[in-house]
Amino acid sequence: MNFNLSEEQNLIRDSIARFVSENYGFDQRNTVVAMDHGFSTEHWQQFAELGWLSIPFAEAHGGFGGGPVDTMLIMQEFGRGLVAEPYLPTVLLFGGLLQTAADAALQEKYIPKIISGELQGAFAYLERQSRYEMTDIATTARQEGSNWVLNGEKTVVLNGGAAQKLIVAARTSGEQFDRAGITLFLVDAGSNGFKSTTYRMTDGQEAANLTLSDVTAEAVIGTTGDGHALMAPIIAAACTAVCANALGAMEALNALTLEYCKTREQFGVAIGSFQALQHRMVDMFGACENVKSLMYRAVCTAQEGDDDAQRSMLALKVMTGRAGRLIGGEAIQLHGGMGMTDELSVGFFVKRLMIINTLFGDADYHQQLFAKLVNVSSSEQGEQSSEAA
Amino acid sequence: MDTRLNEEDLAFQKEVRQFLTESWDDEVRARCSNPATMKEGAEEWQDRLYKKGWMAPHWPVEHGGTDWSVTQKFIYNSERATFGAPEAVPFGVTMVASVIIDYGSDEQKAKFLPRILQSDDWWCQGYSEPGAGSDLASLKTRADLDGNEYVINGSKIWTTYAQYADWIFCLVRTDSSGRKQEGITFLLIDMKTPGITVRPIDTIDGFHHLNEVFFDNVRVPVENRIGEEGKGWTYAKSLLVQERLSIAEVADSKRALTELRELARGEVNGGKTLLEDPLFAKRLTDVEIELMAVEFTELRALASIAEGDEPGPESSLLKLQGTEIQQAIQELRMDVAGYYSGTLQGDLGADQLGHDFADSAQKNFFRGRAASIYGGSNEVQKNITAKYVLGL
Repeated sequence: MNFNLSEEQNLIRDSIARFVSENYGFDQRNTVVAMDHGFSTEHWQQFAELGWLSIPFAEAHGGFGGGPVDTMLIMQEFGRGLVAEPYLPTVLLFGGLLQTAADAALQEKYIPKIISGELQGAFAYLERQSRYEMTDIATTARQEGSNWVLNGEKTVVLNGGAAQKLIVAARTSGEQFDRAGITLFLVDAGSNGFKSTTYRMTDGQEAANLTLSDVTAEAVIGTTGDGHALMAPIIAAACTAVCANALGAMEALNALTLEYCKTREQFGVAIGSFQALQHRMVDMFGACENVKSLMYRAVCTAQEGDDDAQRSMLALKVMTGRAGRLIGGEAIQLHGGMGMTDELSVGFFVKRLMIINTLFGDADYHQQLFAKLVNVSSSEQGEQSSEAA
Repeated sequence: MDTRLNEEDLAFQKEVRQFLTESWDDEVRARCSNPATMKEGAEEWQDRLYKKGWMAPHWPVEHGGTDWSVTQKFIYNSERATFGAPEAVPFGVTMVASVIIDYGSDEQKAKFLPRILQSDDWWCQGYSEPGAGSDLASLKTRADLDGNEYVINGSKIWTTYAQYADWIFCLVRTDSSGRKQEGITFLLIDMKTPGITVRPIDTIDGFHHLNEVFFDNVRVPVENRIGEEGKGWTYAKSLLVQERLSIAEVADSKRALTELRELARGEVNGGKTLLEDPLFAKRLTDVEIELMAVEFTELRALASIAEGDEPGPESSLLKLQGTEIQQAIQELRMDVAGYYSGTLQGDLGADQLGHDFADSAQKNFFRGRAASIYGGSNEVQKNITAKYVLGL
């Protein structure tokens, strides 16, 4: 039993940490976020050259063959600097779905382009009415000859402005809320009838709402009607990844707050000498340790194929949402008036933490999934598995 | 990163399960859980552990301990808790023994350790005083040297199981001229010595476990002093870290939570079980998620101990979170009992009362309030974390 990193993992972590410390100072980040689509294409090329874009992909496609621990390290280090480049939408979501669900021809065509930094992607799964329910899909796809034609609207598509290719979830059969009958399609952003409206999120990243009017899909990803089953493992891995991003942000925010309380003086002493504030900082530290422990639990159980992996991921997502609120709120409070300003990075960290809470379902949503999973009795478990069979 | 057990550890886990299946039987379980027979029950259980060679897993082999790895100790403790078996009463085998092994003389080791191992002596802990609780170092019980003996005057309070104890290990003041942490001496005192009286303290949980112990010109031979005079605080402090780690009782909380869920499944309100009540389900899963985190915080601490690091001030956070979880589970268990949680079962059978866990639920709820007070109150743990972990 150990929680040590391999030599390669240490190298990955150190190289990202160096990049963040050299390129993601407060002013540097503001410059990056103000660029087109909210990130730097120069940085993206640098990621490609350093091999970071290849880490989660299989060696057969020119990847590094990394696992959940590697993804955690990357996302955690990115979180410390609030790195703006779209690693989640392009590499983990779009790339992840290609890698696990697409046929060999599509994989060979597009994965090397992601790794080389040429291709930006996105995953469009949300709709105006769907809130956190991923089966609530009203966008339709109908077959015309050998083509599939999509109609509908997709919302809050991360990196939806920069993406050249997108994977879109649409209904090919069944009713709204049915798990079966959802199909994933590869769509080119330049297609006829494809319209995107971009806007910024509170943390600076760009998102888009898409209108699809008789858009002809480039290809089907995986089997028709199986989209939900194909999405589920990628979303689960992405939940863990965004929690790692939040963990990095929490660690940075706690460090900033601690430093501020040690140096800021009121009533002739450092405010960190006040017990009321000390206990709040201990609560922030404890919340962050909880997230770190559940993080290690989630990546270890996922990596080891343990039965507890699903429960661990859900617990992590719940705890990350709640801890993010606590740490974010306390960080603003302990910084006093300065915490209210855009002159410090505090607010940017808090905004990122709040967005992460909502990604793929917030803490309340995931806690309900958690309760459903753990409160099943052993006899019901038997019934469920026989249903599944 | 790897949390899987290797072949050797899996074989060890099997051995532990087999031992517990055979040795933790209904008879000893019944005696341990009844307060009236708890002492004999604990002695019987500890005797079985002794015969297996597992009474003191954390002691060095030369004194009767084991050569278990940190992982194996973790496995043993997890399995023990899963089976619902108690830890050995800690005051002798875990607490004073650690100090004797680390700082005691060869004579003291030879005299005391075998008797602790065989549960011949019961020990109690003389730390807190009426005027020294969380501020332990302000203790005032005096020890004045008179020839080859210390003369003890003062009192100790919250002394668990003093009514059973043959010996008490005490922090006493031998010098009050310097800093309050200096001038404290660690003494081992025979409870049969003239001048010692024990007063029981009735507590809100209805059990008798706490006492006040009075010392009136109690004469203790110098040979019963641990290490040097005035160095008692240093010896005691190493114990406190260990105490906090064990107070977290993570494995026991896991078992308690599993039981709680089944109890809640059995309680029906308006045709629905409590598990289907969204507010109850929220509170239950809040605790479970927190416990899953603390479980791995403990594993992280154990992994770093296995690599040679000393358990340090992080143990304060584990104590804090572990006891909050214990209390949350106790509170939920009492809530599951509904209005029965206000009943005193007394001599009634469960069939006569109409409920079988309400009595233990309310007693454990009240008893559990102590967990955030003893071992250094949870607020003191926050102070320690702020100072030594956060550097404030």
